[in-house]
Amino acid sequence: MHELSITQSMLQIVLEQAEKAEADRIQKINLNIGELSGFVEESVRFYFDFLAKNTAAEGASLSFNSVPAQARCRKCNIVFQPRELNWSCPNCAQTSVEIIAGKELLVESIEVD
Amino acid sequence: MEIKVLKNILSANDEIAQRNHDLLNQHDVFAVNIMASPGAGKTSLILETIRRLKDKVRIAVIEGDITSSVDAETVSKEGIPVVQINTGGSCHLDANMIQNALNNIDLNEIQLLLIENVGNLVCPAEFTIGDHKKVLVSSTPEGHDKPFKYPLMFHTVDLVLLNKADLIPHLNFDMEAFTQAVKGIKEKIDVFPISCRNGEGIDRWVAWLLSSMQSSRG
Repeated sequence: MHELSITQSMLQIVLEQAEKAEADRIQKINLNIGELSGFVEESVRFYFDFLAKNTAAEGASLSFNSVPAQARCRKCNIVFQPRELNWSCPNCAQTSVEIIAGKELLVESIEVD
Repeated sequence: MEIKVLKNILSANDEIAQRNHDLLNQHDVFAVNIMASPGAGKTSLILETIRRLKDKVRIAVIEGDITSSVDAETVSKEGIPVVQINTGGSCHLDANMIQNALNNIDLNEIQLLLIENVGNLVCPAEFTIGDHKKVLVSSTPEGHDKPFKYPLMFHTVDLVLLNKADLIPHLNFDMEAFTQAVKGIKEKIDVFPISCRNGEGIDRWVAWLLSSMQSSRG
């Protein structure tokens, strides 16, 4: 159900932007979604079709750009991609890491007429 | 025509959360967001905390559940104000729900607000609500691999309580692996083994809570 509120917020953002730009119709919405965000694409599409009816975003296509998780080792500063069961640094093997990417939930841009 | 937006989808929620936070600060109320999977012991922890603190600190509780008011009824037997939020299917509390709940609490009368989030290790990690500290109640039967499965949750919180520590002798729970995994995701975080059943570790948690309240007042 998490996707319902996210889709509502997303729709609100794009409609505001389209109105500011005095656009009649939103053709496409480009989203950046972090791998760690626990966000189900199919579910967003489902809610979007329903919520966007009779708005400037009706029929807009959704493009999901998945942002892979990235971690930085606190000891040697190396940036690496953590795997499901292994968050240890590939260089020094220690597991003290900082998440620097993968939590995004961003409206990157919209394409309008 | 392409328009650059670069706006966080959750920014509307974050703005309300900031207002909640400011409102709590104006009234000198310290709020703790308690998150866990279903059955880890959030309500038991709240009850144990109330029993140890209610003579010293004026407490209120917000209970978040998808449906039912079972937990709120249990907590209100302790004689403190409780507001139930039924999320109606939603898997997390959001800032707007907390804003409404705060309107139903006399903030001048309390010092500590314990917020029991909906049992879930995914969504509550992404929705800010305006708290001062976030605490995760993990429990030994869930297994020591949970930090790897829900890294964002473990990364988000300020303290991990490992409940049902009294069951460790009966389980294949590797305490060292758990602690290492948690610290791997967030280096400077404490893991307190506790048991709401026999009281182990609860005093340590209560001391942490009181000292966090103290430092937030500066």
